[in-house]
Amino acid sequence: MAATTATEKLKVRDLTIRYGDTVALNGASFEVYENEIFGVIGPANSGKTSFLRAINRMDEMTSNMHVSGEVLFNGKDVSHWRNLYALRSRIGVVFPLPVGLPMSIYENVAFAPKLRGVRGAELDEIVERCLTRAALWDEVKDRLKSLGSLLSGGQQQRLTIARALSQEPELLLLDEFSIAVDPVTTMRIEDVLKELKEEMTIILVTNLVQQARRLADRTAFFLNGEVVEVGDTAELFTRNAQDQRTTDYVEGRFG
Amino acid sequence: MLEDRIDLAWVVDRITQGVVFVGGVSAILFVIAIFVFIAQQGLGFAIFELDKGVFFTSPAWRPTSEPEPQFGALALMAGTASVTGFAMLVSVPFSLGAAIYIGEFATGRTREFLKVLVELLAAIPSVVWGFIGLTIMNPLIIEVFDVPVGLTILNAGVILGLMAAPIMTTIAEDALKAVPEGYREAAEAMGATRWQVIRQVVLPSAKNGLVAAVLLGVGRGFGETMAVLMASGHAINLPTSPFDSVRALTATIAAELGETARGSEHYKVLFSLGILLFIVTFVINLLADVLVRGRKGKRA
Ligand SMILES: Nc1ncnc2c1ncn2[C@@H]1O[C@H](COP(=O)(O)OP(=O)(O)OP(=O)(O)O)[C@@H](O)[C@H]1O
Ligand SMILES: [Mg+2]
Repeated sequence: MAATTATEKLKVRDLTIRYGDTVALNGASFEVYENEIFGVIGPANSGKTSFLRAINRMDEMTSNMHVSGEVLFNGKDVSHWRNLYALRSRIGVVFPLPVGLPMSIYENVAFAPKLRGVRGAELDEIVERCLTRAALWDEVKDRLKSLGSLLSGGQQQRLTIARALSQEPELLLLDEFSIAVDPVTTMRIEDVLKELKEEMTIILVTNLVQQARRLADRTAFFLNGEVVEVGDTAELFTRNAQDQRTTDYVEGRFG
Repeated sequence: MLEDRIDLAWVVDRITQGVVFVGGVSAILFVIAIFVFIAQQGLGFAIFELDKGVFFTSPAWRPTSEPEPQFGALALMAGTASVTGFAMLVSVPFSLGAAIYIGEFATGRTREFLKVLVELLAAIPSVVWGFIGLTIMNPLIIEVFDVPVGLTILNAGVILGLMAAPIMTTIAEDALKAVPEGYREAAEAMGATRWQVIRQVVLPSAKNGLVAAVLLGVGRGFGETMAVLMASGHAINLPTSPFDSVRALTATIAAELGETARGSEHYKVLFSLGILLFIVTFVINLLADVLVRGRKGKRA
């Protein structure tokens, strides 16, 4: 794709993330373009989740997490946003293990719009639209009032996706969303993501290299806190990778 | 190697089991013994001889008057209820506020310091609290409100409220801590402010534990004796304002039991008061327990 002409949604410059003495990410620099799906792959502990947490300043909730360098969101360093809540409301996050908030299915999806002051029929409409997009509406439309935490793991994960969409985010961060979801549903959600990128930028952290291959326009390979390589997904997966380690990883020779 | 042999670990395990069993059973036996003793001393009297109509509706507590002693406990119940009620007015907002601050906002050293402080507060003996009521609160109330006596519902309520605060704070904070961190993270990630997260996510999901905390505080207030005896004025009275002196059930038992002849009517009626207290605190604790269990059950 014509990535070089696209606008930069996110620009990471010399991003270093530490937990105490552990360096989780070391001097990462790359861009994520508007309306692309940006894949992040890499073995366990390579710093993928830490990277996502730095974007919406979740480090402020983690006592020993320290972030240095820059994360420019729409050209402005996230740490310079005075209204942290406004920043976060524009970024949707889906965590690896689904966390259904302890309230009804409806309230889960209505939570973020309500923070914006949306009420009444408009709220109903948002809830239905987001649940539909997350491929959950048909299964829950008759039990919207029951507790979100009573859904199955896979349903809860789709609930958290619906919840993230209800924010109408500019940037959607997905952290291994398919961990708790069955393959068929995963495929349905993947189709939704392909549509969603018309409206938003998506960063897809995944342990499944084939998922990145299927979805991502460009992909970054993280290894032990180092960004080994960032490039067009097609390049990375066709032995045209710059770095031998990338080829080894995508071909399943380690990790 | 895998033969069926009795080894040291097996013996130790058996002995430990035995010791724990004896410990557990004797604790239960003591409780039952106390219960049986109280029931034996007062239950028969309470059921067959005591005039319940008078006991529950008459404010006249004249256990030693001749020839016709009167055993109306209404004023005493009103005393206990009013002091406990006032104490909760003081204690609930104070404790929940403290728990929210300690659990949700304070970090690192501040948090540890506050927790230690709360535990220290819990360690102050009740006679010291009574002493504070008598020597500090009493003149203060007289001064500030320009009333003749300061040993009143207000005084005992504040003292009792402060006494109940540590346990309420501790249990409430436990309840907040039991709310999974993921809830807060998920809500905050959506752009909710700290206060929105607390109000809309944390408090609702900690609700049972918080109610249990309040109930345990109420139980503490009901059962407290010495401080109430010292700070409430110990006057038999159906109160109409916080500036009235009252007398509590517990204080009555403590003050009078030593002067009664064992087996006398007066002696037995004091045990009836004890049974009443026992039932009320038992029900409160049971409720709290059920709620705490409910909370744990829901998380599992
Ligand atoms: N809260 C924390 N405290 C201390 N160290 C942490 C914390 N979170 C992550 N780390 C460390 O930071 C490094 C990177 O972790 P991170 O979670 O970002 O990896 P990841 O690529 O998401 O791994 P996975 O694929 O297993 O999810 C690891 O060494 C991890 O142990
Ligand atoms: Mg991770």
